[in-house]
Amino acid sequence: MPAEEVAPTVDGVPARSQPERRPSGPTTTPADEHVQQWTENTPRGTRQERPWTTLWRSRELIGYFALRDIRLRYRQAFLGVVWVLAQPVASVAVFTVVFSQLAGVSSQGVPYPVFALVGMVTWTYFSSAVLLGSSVLVNNANLISKVYFPRIAAPTAVLLPPGLDLAVSLVLVAAACVVYGVEPTLHLLAVPAWLLLLGATAFGMSLWLSALNVRYRDVQQAVAPVLQVWFFASPVAYPPTLLEGWHELVYAVNPMAGAIALGRWSLVGAPWPGWSLAVSATSAVLVLVGGLVYFGRAQRSFADVI
Amino acid sequence: MDRIQFDRVSKRYVLGERRNAREALIAAARSAVRLRREGAKELWSLRDVSFTVADGESVGIVGRNGAGKSTILKILTGITVPTQGTSRTRGRVAALLEVGSGFHPELTGRENVYLNGAILGMSRRAITRAFDSIVDFSGVERFLDTPVKRYSSGMYLRLAFAVAAHLEPDVLVVDEILAVGDAEFQRRCVGRMAEAEREGRTVVFVSHDLGALTRLCGRAMWIEAGQLRAEGATRDVLREYLSSGLRAPDGEALIRSGALTVSSVRVQAPNDPQVTALLREDGVRVEVDFELAEKIPGLDLALYVTTQGGIRVVDEVLSDRGPRPLSAGRHRAALTIPPVLNVGDFTVGIWFGTAHEELIHEPAAASFVLHGSDQDRPERLLVLDLPLDVRDLSDPS
Repeated sequence: MPAEEVAPTVDGVPARSQPERRPSGPTTTPADEHVQQWTENTPRGTRQERPWTTLWRSRELIGYFALRDIRLRYRQAFLGVVWVLAQPVASVAVFTVVFSQLAGVSSQGVPYPVFALVGMVTWTYFSSAVLLGSSVLVNNANLISKVYFPRIAAPTAVLLPPGLDLAVSLVLVAAACVVYGVEPTLHLLAVPAWLLLLGATAFGMSLWLSALNVRYRDVQQAVAPVLQVWFFASPVAYPPTLLEGWHELVYAVNPMAGAIALGRWSLVGAPWPGWSLAVSATSAVLVLVGGLVYFGRAQRSFADVI
Repeated sequence: MDRIQFDRVSKRYVLGERRNAREALIAAARSAVRLRREGAKELWSLRDVSFTVADGESVGIVGRNGAGKSTILKILTGITVPTQGTSRTRGRVAALLEVGSGFHPELTGRENVYLNGAILGMSRRAITRAFDSIVDFSGVERFLDTPVKRYSSGMYLRLAFAVAAHLEPDVLVVDEILAVGDAEFQRRCVGRMAEAEREGRTVVFVSHDLGALTRLCGRAMWIEAGQLRAEGATRDVLREYLSSGLRAPDGEALIRSGALTVSSVRVQAPNDPQVTALLREDGVRVEVDFELAEKIPGLDLALYVTTQGGIRVVDEVLSDRGPRPLSAGRHRAALTIPPVLNVGDFTVGIWFGTAHEELIHEPAAASFVLHGSDQDRPERLLVLDLPLDVRDLSDPS
């Protein structure tokens, strides 16, 4: 059969042998201003833009990723919110008996259950975000090898679903304050600073672990035991003042020490953490900046190694 | 003005790069004492490929499995970076390398449309604007609030394609999606791509469906072993591609899939393997040499022949489910087609698989031309020379 007999139409449109030029481009022009610019893909990566610019540009995608995780988690759990509260309540009950009543640990002038609850709620946010973050790229492996999207959106989105749990838990903290007669103070204005330190710490860890896990799946195995040790190295069930002088500053290299102390100061009127807060904040920033740099480099090979 | 520029792009893959921490530690220790890393095999998936695509142009890419077509698309879209060289694109690039990546089975159709749209780079407003026509195109309106895990595979595909088809990009990149879905789905996909092309978008299309390529793309590129082998008007490139046949340099693997290796696909005259021009009235013999590293239970093997218009005229299957499956080792499958085909261009396809999976499918494994006289009737596919009997009905005896 001669080639000329191939039906030369697609849905009634004649096939063309030579491309013809059209006077105008696509009828719809997306609003983004970078749309008509050249995008380069070189051995050094795709776009040389600041991570914050990328994050802002992909804010909707981050939202949809977070929404997906939230929907999946709550859709088939009848009791939903109850599970969010069950964990801190159970832990605080155990801590109250063990640390407060048996060991007689000080709680910096705050009723111990309230003291431990703030610590626990802060820690729970961190550990869930880091657990989610460490596996987020590997769980979306198919997406990463088949679709281009700003990779950083994935480890950012994991910060949001635990944030919802945190919001719910804060209602529990408020209730505990009422029960134990802890009065709110103007320190509450510092809550955003507390969230920022906590979020930055979790974000930094999520960047590091998500990217490392693409190459070394051992990371996923290691996260749970490391978090367990980290938990006891953080002042969740006891006050950071168990250590004194420069020991306290060394202890504060753990950014969660500062985050928890700041939360207690802001929410339930525990003493101001002082210089150790500066140490914690510095180390949180270092983890975050290092995470951004490492992630930026590692992402070039995600699609090849995942 | 150009939309795409590929400037001497190469891509190297290091096989077995994914290591666990233990191996990484050993490797680090080795390099510390300057022992060379063992077993790191390199594979150049692309070597020094350069081309440009103009604004509003439609370009097709052909090539065998593993030739590097997908790597080109992945570099083009930024999914992976080149090892050397630079790829540049202007405007928004949307790629459909796989239908339904990013769909989550537990989410409803509506939720998936928004999520998938966002992943593909659409803004929420753009998705809302396109939502009705996405739903229209996919025809799943009544099931929008049902989790997609309850969708039939056809509905699932249609919805996933619909989202990608409504991206309104400057450059639309589509990889072999026509391999999935039924004829109706494929017709819609090609129709939608033709529409994008009419709207002045640039389309890059990888497909084994040579008919669709001819209809959709004015220009084509043929990629072979990571290099640009030919480029030009689609019909010329396809002819060259098809006539190249499939023959690996002595004894090397042509296509490999697990324990199965196909080493050559040959077309020859049944009586005389040395003849170079095939004559219609001699018939055709197709031989496929393959090797099994181990027994593959239930291995099926099919050879088929299609006309240049895409009509499958011969399709023969060897079903190896009998009491004596093929043993491990080298085998030759041969199919002799009697002289029934008319003159013209034909393509040989090979298929290996089991009831559970497709191992190898190469629709353009080889091609051949039947020469001779069409006896002034080029329209007919088959030349059977059947006797045409005429009786006189007015004669009562």
